[in-house]
Amino acid sequence: MSDTTVTEHSEPAADETAEHDEGHSHPSDWAYVKIAVVLAVITALEVFTYFETVLDWGVALVPSLIFMMVVKFYLVATWFMHLRFDSKLFGRMFTAGLVLAVGVYVVTLTVFEFWA
Amino acid sequence: MSAEAVVADHGHDEHATTTGLSHTKLAMWVFLGSECLLFGGLISTYLLYKTRGNNRTLPTDVFDIPFTSVSSFVLLMSSLTMVLALSAVSRGEEEAGRTWLLATALLGGVFIGGQVYEFTSFVREGVAFTTNPASSAFFTLTGFHGVHVSLGIVMLMSLFVASVKGKLTQRNSETVEIVGLYWHFVDIVWIFIFTVIYLIPAD
Repeated sequence: MSDTTVTEHSEPAADETAEHDEGHSHPSDWAYVKIAVVLAVITALEVFTYFETVLDWGVALVPSLIFMMVVKFYLVATWFMHLRFDSKLFGRMFTAGLVLAVGVYVVTLTVFEFWA
Repeated sequence: MSAEAVVADHGHDEHATTTGLSHTKLAMWVFLGSECLLFGGLISTYLLYKTRGNNRTLPTDVFDIPFTSVSSFVLLMSSLTMVLALSAVSRGEEEAGRTWLLATALLGGVFIGGQVYEFTSFVREGVAFTTNPASSAFFTLTGFHGVHVSLGIVMLMSLFVASVKGKLTQRNSETVEIVGLYWHFVDIVWIFIFTVIYLIPAD
């Protein structure tokens, strides 16, 4: 996935260029298509787990599904939402909400004995 | 041209902010972070209630995984068309940007159509909103997501109309990026729902 830094947002005046360069390089369209293909393949794998008659995943089913979900989540957030290329502050804002949500609801599910 | 005029003309707020970043984009990221709490609550509620059927049919009994898989794939691909729309508008290719925006809205429409079909078939099979706690939690969660997708379609169509009127150019491509962030988030939430609610076995 090395085909990045192709697109810039606009053609700023010379004195704006230094400011504008920071964090504004985006991947090429081809890189986006490749990510989409990877996402499609992972989705196909996920759906494949549903057909137990083809392959019994056993105890590996749930961990495998969660792993594939996390990979898809990561790819969309980092590539399509540009967290990989933008300021880290944006990612921190989102991660703060995400971590808070996961923490709060893991505790909630634990209190209601969901895992038992 | 004064510095203020350059900033206003350019359309990218980050040049005028104390952080050097776009406050609009920062606000969208904070909003998306808060949305995690909303959907986290709805998903947790479903997980807690998913087996509480009061001796009536559960949503998990009537899931049509192959159909939902196609819907999920459609929404996933709409993220690709969304990012291609941003890419095109950023390069100043307004017509291509318009096409990709329209494609994204159409794919979103297909997803919503699929959800309406799914809800209708569930009701026909005896799983309505008030059938049991599990069905209430299921319809609330997926319904909220559907409303988010619908709002996204409205935003995309607004961008499309603005583009047709010549008001969406390379200079204000950040507007497309902001709407794109929202759209990708809606996709991310569905990635989570599809796995946790549909694919992971209930028992």
